[in-house]
Amino acid sequence: MTDITNLPPEGGPSLDLTGKDIAVAGQWRLFWLKFKKHKVALVSLVVILFMYLVAALADFIAPFDPNATNARFTYAPPQSLSLFHDGSFQPNVKQLKMTLNTQSMRREFVPDPTKPVSVGFFVKAPQPYYLLGLIPMQTKLFGITNPQVGDSLYIFGADRLGRDIFSRVVHGAKISLSIGLVGVFMSLILGVTIGGISGFFGGWADLAIQRFIELLRSIPTIPLWMGLAAAIPVGWPPLRTYFVITLIVSLIGWTSLAREVRGKFLSLRSEDFVIAARLDGMSEIGIIFSHLVPSFMSHIIATLTLAIPSMILAETALSFLGIGLQPPIISWGVLLQEAQNIRAVAQAPWLLFTPAAAIVISVLSLNFLGDGLRDAADPYESVS
Amino acid sequence: MLRFILKRIVFAIPTLFAVSIIAFIIIQLPPGDYLTTLMADWASQGGAVEAGTVAAMRERYGLDQPIYFQYYKWIWGILTAGDFGISFELGKPVTELIWNRLGFSLLLSLLTLCFVWAIAIPIGILSAVRQYSISDYMATFLAFFFLAVPDFLMALSAMYVMSAWFGQSVGGLFSPEYVDAGWSFGKLVDFAEHVWLPVVVIGLGSLAALVRIMRANLLDELSKPYVTTARAKGMSELELLIRYPVRLALNPLISTLGWILPAVISGEIIVSVVMSLPTTGPLLLRALLAQDMYLAGSLILLISVLTIIGTLISDILLALTDPRIRFQ
Repeated sequence: MTDITNLPPEGGPSLDLTGKDIAVAGQWRLFWLKFKKHKVALVSLVVILFMYLVAALADFIAPFDPNATNARFTYAPPQSLSLFHDGSFQPNVKQLKMTLNTQSMRREFVPDPTKPVSVGFFVKAPQPYYLLGLIPMQTKLFGITNPQVGDSLYIFGADRLGRDIFSRVVHGAKISLSIGLVGVFMSLILGVTIGGISGFFGGWADLAIQRFIELLRSIPTIPLWMGLAAAIPVGWPPLRTYFVITLIVSLIGWTSLAREVRGKFLSLRSEDFVIAARLDGMSEIGIIFSHLVPSFMSHIIATLTLAIPSMILAETALSFLGIGLQPPIISWGVLLQEAQNIRAVAQAPWLLFTPAAAIVISVLSLNFLGDGLRDAADPYESVS
Repeated sequence: MLRFILKRIVFAIPTLFAVSIIAFIIIQLPPGDYLTTLMADWASQGGAVEAGTVAAMRERYGLDQPIYFQYYKWIWGILTAGDFGISFELGKPVTELIWNRLGFSLLLSLLTLCFVWAIAIPIGILSAVRQYSISDYMATFLAFFFLAVPDFLMALSAMYVMSAWFGQSVGGLFSPEYVDAGWSFGKLVDFAEHVWLPVVVIGLGSLAALVRIMRANLLDELSKPYVTTARAKGMSELELLIRYPVRLALNPLISTLGWILPAVISGEIIVSVVMSLPTTGPLLLRALLAQDMYLAGSLILLISVLTIIGTLISDILLALTDPRIRFQ
């Protein structure tokens, strides 16, 4: 990925797409030129980078501790931000006044226009924390400027225990988005190794591996994942559960990559440059890693990008069912566990729709991005 | 043709064997064997356990034997006597619990497949014929959107919309008064009133993918010379479309059954859990959470076997409709 972003964007010398430049442009340059034309993919790239940035800086961006409970604000609705108070510029939300609806016997919250809670950027954090686990910090990106008793800032509402959904979604991004990346990395290793063996050596190894892949793909994934995930002992430390869940989720993901790699190996195996390298006395492993792999790297990146969303969805589904990650860990799937009860959702729809929006936006942009990368991986198709 | 079918069936046997091994591994995965779990369960209920019973059950499941022998005993029981073991949580043989639910799972999956096909083909055709029109862009956007929404989110949202906006409670496949009633016309109508929502929810994800495939296939065909020839002969546009390119574009669509079916079954399981439908999904989840492994393993085995059989049937269907596959 770094290679793509390092390439000179708009500012560089403009290329003559029909002339000589295209003939001498390197593989990555062609890739970038083609990708740039796909506007939706370009926007998706920005969205995805932004989401990963939010995930990385979760401690700074989330205004509150995601596990801090507040019994006073059970199922508090989202508070809308207004920019002015009493005719002067002062970003604020209105304090929530709780009333008991005597008919439904439910607590209801109404904003009290006379009591603004002023909101500002770079406020002091309730507790000092370490950004990225390294940098000691005292400020949060935004929050209540002068917290008093009874003040609250729930921009996405609160859950059953009065925890801030916004902070939880931001913290959930850390786990949910990183599972995609870690899972894809495992798929990459499995896929390139197994697909490479299959395509490069051919013969019975190829046959056996292809049969095995077909087998894995013919089993419905959810029951298989469920069966494997349910075997994880409940008492395991969160980190271990996290890695095993990632492993289970990537169990299927590698197959499409292995197929892609195999196909490329098969078509490149008899190319002149491979034969030349072999005649020069290069070892098979050397040929694979210094000639074959670089030549289809762009395809691999595209396939990997398309594999991330399916892993995010798998983790979400497993955690939602209660057999994936468990509550002390915060992921989007764990957040959705709260929405399992349809009565709770009817009372507090934000329990469902806020994490859902995060999932849909990230999966949608990853899909668009992957599509754009895949088109760009065949640079000669329409650029020339 | 017969040779082709036989060959496919023979090819399916190793796959079935491998699936049974995977199911067996899942049964064996939780720590401790089946009987230790059972003992713990009985002991927690305060029941005394007779030593004789334990020994008899050890013998019955071959728990003292090496692992391959246990597998042999398990699979042999299934193949010869249809004995899937006992669900310790519910204290009943697994066979008593699963068939009814498996039947509903199968029915739901079949209905979903029919729904997906019936909707995807016309939309795909429309999208291809009116390429780059507003309806094409709409279809493409919706396709991508529904691909990004997981099944269970769709199910939850649908239930929320139904209950918040239409004031209807959603869940189950029958109204309470029909659950235990025998089949009648009234029950059938009631079933239809309940089943459409899960069918739509499960189908939407696959629907999106199918529309994309149908559109791409048809676009490939539409640019071929024979279409121009037929048009030059003065054939009406609709007749031309239905007679040649659509029929050709349908063929690759049949082969997608191979992956649509696993996807639909996966979706069916998770949507059933959310909507509490009387299918395999809730039973499987409950069995897994309670570590009732014989029940869970049997369900996973049967679901996978059904999927493989479904894929086999789709292969044969494809060969029936497309001679090029048969003579390869």
